Order: sequence, then C-alpha cells, then structure tokens
Amino acid sequence: MAYVAVKGGERAIDAAHAWLAEERRGDPCLPEIETAQIAAQFGRAVDRVMAEGSCHDRELAALAVKQAQGDLIEAAFLLRAYRTTLPRFAAAHPIDTDAMQVRRRISAIYKDLPGGQVLGPTYDYTHRLLDFRLAGTGSLAGAGSQEAAAPTSCAEETAAMPRVTAILAGEDLIEGDRAADAPAEIPMGDLTRAPLAFPAERDVRLQALARGDEGFLLALGYSTQRGWGGTHPFVGEIRVGEVAVEIEPPELGFAIDIGEITVTECQMVNQFKGSKTVPPQFTRGYGLCFGHGERKAMAMALVDRAMRAEELGEERTAPAQNVEFVLSHCDNIEATGFVEHLKLPHYVDFQSELETIRRMRREAEAAASPDRREAAE
Amino acid sequence: MTPGTLLSARGLSLSFGSIPALDGVDLDLWPGEALAIVGESGSGKTTLLNTLFGAQRPDAGIVRYRDPAGHVHDVHAMKRPMLRALHRSDWGFIYQEPRQALRMPVSAGGNVGERLMAQGTASAGALHYGRIRAAAIEWLREVEIDPARIDDLPRTFSGGMLQRLQIARTLVTHPRLVFMDEPTGGLDVSVQARLLDLIRTLIARFAIAVVLVTHDVAVARLLADRILVMQAGRVVETGLTDQVLDDPHEPYTQLLVSSVLQA
Amino acid sequence: MNGYNFAYLDEQTKRMVRRALLKAVAIPGHQVPFGGREMPLPYGWGTGGIQVTASILGSGDVLKVIDQGADDTTNAVSIRRFFARTAGVATTTRTEEASVIQTRHRIPETKLREGQIIVYQVPLPEPLSRLEPSRAEAREMHALGDYGLMHVKLYEDISRLGQVSISFDYPVMVNGRYLMSPTPIPAFDNPKLDRSPALHLFGAGREKRIYAVPPYTEVRSLDFEDHPFRATRARHECALCGARTSYLDEIVTDDRGGRMFVCSDTDYCAGRREREAAE
Repeated sequence: MAYVAVKGGERAIDAAHAWLAEERRGDPCLPEIETAQIAAQFGRAVDRVMAEGSCHDRELAALAVKQAQGDLIEAAFLLRAYRTTLPRFAAAHPIDTDAMQVRRRISAIYKDLPGGQVLGPTYDYTHRLLDFRLAGTGSLAGAGSQEAAAPTSCAEETAAMPRVTAILAGEDLIEGDRAADAPAEIPMGDLTRAPLAFPAERDVRLQALARGDEGFLLALGYSTQRGWGGTHPFVGEIRVGEVAVEIEPPELGFAIDIGEITVTECQMVNQFKGSKTVPPQFTRGYGLCFGHGERKAMAMALVDRAMRAEELGEERTAPAQNVEFVLSHCDNIEATGFVEHLKLPHYVDFQSELETIRRMRREAEAAASPDRREAAE
Repeated sequence: MTPGTLLSARGLSLSFGSIPALDGVDLDLWPGEALAIVGESGSGKTTLLNTLFGAQRPDAGIVRYRDPAGHVHDVHAMKRPMLRALHRSDWGFIYQEPRQALRMPVSAGGNVGERLMAQGTASAGALHYGRIRAAAIEWLREVEIDPARIDDLPRTFSGGMLQRLQIARTLVTHPRLVFMDEPTGGLDVSVQARLLDLIRTLIARFAIAVVLVTHDVAVARLLADRILVMQAGRVVETGLTDQVLDDPHEPYTQLLVSSVLQA
Repeated sequence: MNGYNFAYLDEQTKRMVRRALLKAVAIPGHQVPFGGREMPLPYGWGTGGIQVTASILGSGDVLKVIDQGADDTTNAVSIRRFFARTAGVATTTRTEEASVIQTRHRIPETKLREGQIIVYQVPLPEPLSRLEPSRAEAREMHALGDYGLMHVKLYEDISRLGQVSISFDYPVMVNGRYLMSPTPIPAFDNPKLDRSPALHLFGAGREKRIYAVPPYTEVRSLDFEDHPFRATRARHECALCGARTSYLDEIVTDDRGGRMFVCSDTDYCAGRREREAAE
C-alpha cells in the first residue's frame, strides 16, 4: 500500500463542525428552542452554568446551554471563556444577604424564628413521580391529588428576617465572621487574577468552591457526613433570593445600584470548639453560589468547614480536609480539559514507550541466551 | 561554646500554652559520646531532642554545634537549606517508628542510597549507580540484613529489620552525630536486645556521638556514657550513667531507678 | 475577529504574561506562577502555549505550529487558524522560515537558530509530580535544590529493569540548578535543548506556570555516570526520505503486522524529499 501522509486536517475539522451544528439543531421539523425558553424553563441548568462559569448573566448562560446541547460543563466553559474577554471596570460592594428579597428561607435548627420558615419554590416535598402531563401525553401517575394554587406573589412588606447566625451570635454561641484578633482591613485574594497557591487562605478557598463542580463538592460533602472528617453539621439557614449589586464610582462618591442577582446562601452550624481560655462556640461552614443552587451551597458549606480542620486544630485525615487536593481538583473546566485532552494524539510518546520496551526485552533476551547455550552444553 | 564539645545547649526554655515543656535546660556533648535523656512521659525529653535537632524552636536559649571544620553554628539561626543539608549529612535522626523515615514504596537499596544520591545532586557531580549500590550492600551487611534483599520493598521486612534499615539509611553518610527517639520502642524483647547490641557496636566502631531519648533506664545503661534525668522540663540529675544509676542522689532519680523491673 | 485585540489577549494580560516570561528567562528552569486566563480552547489543548505565543507575537512574526512534529495534525491546524484569525500573522510550515514555533510533544529536527523562539505546550510543569503529588512539598524541594528523590526513581528503574524506563518527559537539570520537565517530548529530543541558540519558552495554562531556557543554557538529562542517558529511536530509516537519524512514527499498514516508519517531523521529511528530487 502506497503511504500518503495524512493531510486534510482542515477539511476534517470543518466537516466535524458542520455535523455538530446539525446534531445540535436536531430534527428540523421540531421548533428550534429559544434561549428565552431555556432561561425561563430550564432555570436550574442556567443557574448551575452561571455558578460554574463564574459569571451572572442568565441570557448568556442560556445561550451557552443551547450551544452546548445541554452539556452543562461545556456550557460553563463557554461562559468562562467569554468572561475572560470582559474588561473589569469596578469592584462591587459585598452583597448584603441580610437585605435579600427572600423567596425561600429555612432553618433546621429552630422550629420557628423571626421571619418564619418560608418554603418557597422547592422540590423538597415533591413526590418523585414522573408527571406525564408535562410531556403533554398523560395524567399524573397516581392521580387524584389536588394541587394547591401557587401563592400569588404579593408585594407585602417582608417581616424582618435576621440571620440565624446573628441569633446565635446574640448569645455569643457561634464564632464570628472573622477572628477576634484579625486586622480591620484584610487584603483579599482574587482567584480570577492570581494563580492558586498553597497554603490558600479562606477567601481564595471560598472563591474556588463557589465556582467548583457541584458533583465533586457534593461527593466530598457527603463523605464528611459518613465519617470522613465529620463535623456534626446542622443547617443554620438557607436563603434564596435576589440581592442588589452596588458599585461606588469614584466620580460620584456614593454607591449606586446597578442591578440585582439571585444567590443561594447556606450557613452550616458545626461542631463546637473551645479551649481552656476560650469558651466553646459553634463553628461555621459557608456556602454561596449564583442562582438557585441549594445542593451546591450546602455541599460547599460542608467542604468549607472540613477544609478549616487545620485552623481549628483538628486531625486532618479525610480527603475533604486536604485543601490542596480539594482545590486542585474542584474546577470542572480544568478537570474536563485535562481528562479529555487524552483524546489528542499522543503517538509520539507512545512510540518512545514502544521503543523502550522493545529495547528492554531485546537486552534481557541477549543477556539470558548465553546462559541457555551454556546449560545446553 | 566549651572547647572540644560537639553540641551544646544553654538555657533552653519552651512552653506549650501554660505548660513548661523545657525549663532552663543546659547540656554538652563530646564527640563519640553517647548521652541518654531519660524521664517518664511528659518530662520534656522528646521536646528537648527535637529542640536540639532544630525541628522545634525554643522560646529562649541557644543550641550550638561545631562543624567538621571547627566552626560553631547557632542551630536555630541557620538557614533552612543549610539545616536540611546538615540533617542529611553530618547529622542523623532515628525515629521510633521506622516507617516515618523510610520510603515504603522504594527498595531497601534505594532507601539506603538516597542520602548519597541527594548529596550527589547538591554537588552537581555525576552519580555512580554501581558505587551507590555497593555502598548500600555494605551497609545492609553492617546492620545484619542479608544483602540479597537489596531490591526488596520494606513492606516485606519485619519490624526489627525495618529499624535496622533505617539505621543503615542514616549512617550511610557517616554522620558524626545521631539523635535517637526510643529506637527500640515497640519491638519485642529479643529483637530489642539484638538491636541494642548492633547500635552499641556501630556507635563504637564509627565513633558516632549520640543523643538518645528513652523511658527505659536499661537501654540507657547499655548504650550511654552519660545520662540526663528529666522531670517536668527540668534536668534533675546528670552524670556518668553507671554512677547515676547505681547511686542516684535525687529522689526522683531514685524513684525512676527503683521502678525498673528486675529481669 | 471583531472586537478582539491583536492575538486575542488584551494588552494587560499580555503584559502580565511577559513579566512572568522575563522572570522565567532570568531563572532558567524555574517555574513562575502566572495568572493564566481561560482561553477559547480547553485546558489540555495548549492554552498555556497559546497565551505565551499571543503575548510575544508581533505583526511581523512568522508562525509555525506543530503537534506530534506535524503541521497538519488537527490541533496544530486549529491553533494556527486561531492565530491567523486573531493576529493575521504570516504562517509557515518551514522550520527555517519561522520566527516563532509553537509545539506539542516534539522539537523540530532542523537545528534552531539564534533569534528563533520555540513555545512548548506543557501539561504538567512539575517534574516531581509523579513522585510527590503535593505541589507545596515539591516547591520546597525545588527551593532547597533537594532532588535526591528523582535519582532514587532512576536507581529503582535500573535495579528492577536494568535501565531507566522513562521514555518521554525525561527530567533535565537546567543551568546546574533547577530540575525541569521538558514536556512530553521523546527522550530522543532532550539533547536538542542543551546549549541551543534559540529561546525556549514553556507555558502551562491549566497549572498556571511559565518557565524558560534561555539561549546557550546547559541542559543535562538526569543519569548515572555508569548508566548514561540514551536517546532512543526506532531502528529504521524513513520510508519516504531515507533519514536514519530523525525520530520516526510507526504506521500500521495492515492487519498482518505490516509496518512502515516515517519521519515524525513532516517539514524535515518534505524538505529532504524536495532536495532529493532537485538533484
């Protein structure tokens, strides 16, 4: 067979992209899905893409989901890559979740509390029965239940909703936001500007977790509950809702509201700690993410607390307590890149392995054969 | 620093919180001499060992060391690279748990040869596989491990053998000073006896100075020329081993000596 | 490409990368952390190499991009297109004509000249990573020049297999001070780094590290005096151009064990065939 050097890489790529576009469109007889529909009806997918893409923009995230055919890690990558091109023109004030327009707020540690337990739009108490009415084809399996009308959203003034951590802090039962001896101005790391380095401080750890893969953090959080570095967690509070984003332009000298974002915040109340000199207090784990992502925020809080093991004088034995391990592997865009890059050609290196193994076997054989000849004589 | 001494400590003090682990400890060590630090647990003997070694910084006091060229160094003022190089060449540390010092996924030969290989890269000179392997074989013999086991992994070794492998790994660079933390702890009695015998032979053969921590007075009597008795961070009594053990002056020492079970 | 800066990266980012490159050149073989950005190609596809190339490219440069030694492998094509679109620079497949060469897994057979820059795509910048997974611990070892562990690995290979088994990404000592990963180039290519007249730059996008070997720097593959480093290649000549000293790809031609060997460096091979035809 006459060997022709493989050419046509460009043509192959173009053909691959064309086919991909066809697959993405799917059956042309079906209406093309609109990004507005994705943003409106696949909200949780959009939320996850915003969280892991590290960019709060529902329309862009919806576009990414459409472009990626629903592959959420691919979509997060698209959003992250887009984010790289955006110039940074300001740093916002920290968002104030105390002033959140709460849609959902629950606490597992109090039966009732100021502001109440607000269930909000949750899957928590649904029965996981496929609802065929959604497919437009049938009736709800085991039908017969009356569904309550969704509460009409009303612009009533929300009762005061103090943070649960503030309630505990009132009795000095929980550690504060910062160490008692911490300086007033703590320089903050920025994961989007500087590479991760170890030891990593809590600010950078939380930034990494906020954009970290939900599946990975879920598994690690789960592991802490099953004994791999457990901290007896309780959900102090979960809140989901809208918060204002404020910036303070130097020309104005005061803060202005530039919009609002949806966030989910989880405060875990963990194992109390004390010493001979400091009376025992509950310790904390914190989770925060864009959009409605309780699973993510809760897992993040569990892992955050586990990673504080060294700071809190605990034995570090479990994977979730290994800061370098957790942070090096929680970014699914880095992870998928490196795992999937194995598909790229590696035949030059494999050729070296082949030659090395062939040489070793040749040399081993050559060393063995003189003995065999001797033995035969 | 007292002329002729190899290592000296003056006024070492260290507290963990409100607990004084070391309280004004002084000591001197001469070349080729073995010094045992004895006391019950909590006496501060391990803290003292780690402070002398440079692994633990004291709150007050100074540790001085005289190098082969005769220069005196403040151990805790030394820069990290220098201290690390010292730990791997002129000094050694034998841990109670050999697995702490050995590389378990590396063969016996690799373990013994590592300090030689580390020195090689430091001096940028070419390393010679044959010579390193020969040195490893020689040292396996010295510690009474069959040289045929040079390519075996440590996990196939018994506890006593692991300890002997650790010793070989440490002595391969001919250190003049070796620190030992309960070197025979955790081993059964007959294995202990053989190991102590080996250690005694090696330190005499190679004129190695030793600082040895042990709770076992019998080990001190067998290995050490001089003894330091500690209690609650202080040196209670010190002197020639036999003299102190046969004729203890301090009540605490008397207590310690009398509590040794007669074999 | 509307709305994007020359070579995609904004000037701030390029400046940041160039500062890291200068540090890297000042300390040959030492890994310099840099604030790497997400690029439109995935991590693992050469984002580090791309950021380095984007930061040093000027409109007058001539760019060659190769992967596995070939200009026409799909990812080399993809990257060359990326720069053609975002920078509009001239591109070439000829090694001698290039001012900047971005490469994955090979160094060209044609000896590089003074003034040329070769940019390597780096998957794992840390040469100690397989022996010591903690980067924090590895950083300590580099700072103290404590590389005994790597020699132990070579020793273990020789004691078990009779020779060092590392066939690619073979660790090197740069300027007598830093242990460096030359990237997964075959061990065969290592000697090309030693005292090369060209500037060698290394970019790891996912791990966010940059390092460099300036021109005429000593680069030694780790070995023992009595087990010296050996470069391995297939013991054949190229079926197309007859070369006996170039690195060869093995092509499986049928299902009965049929094989042929051709130069991995497609430009080198084509050049030899052209010259042969001209004679």
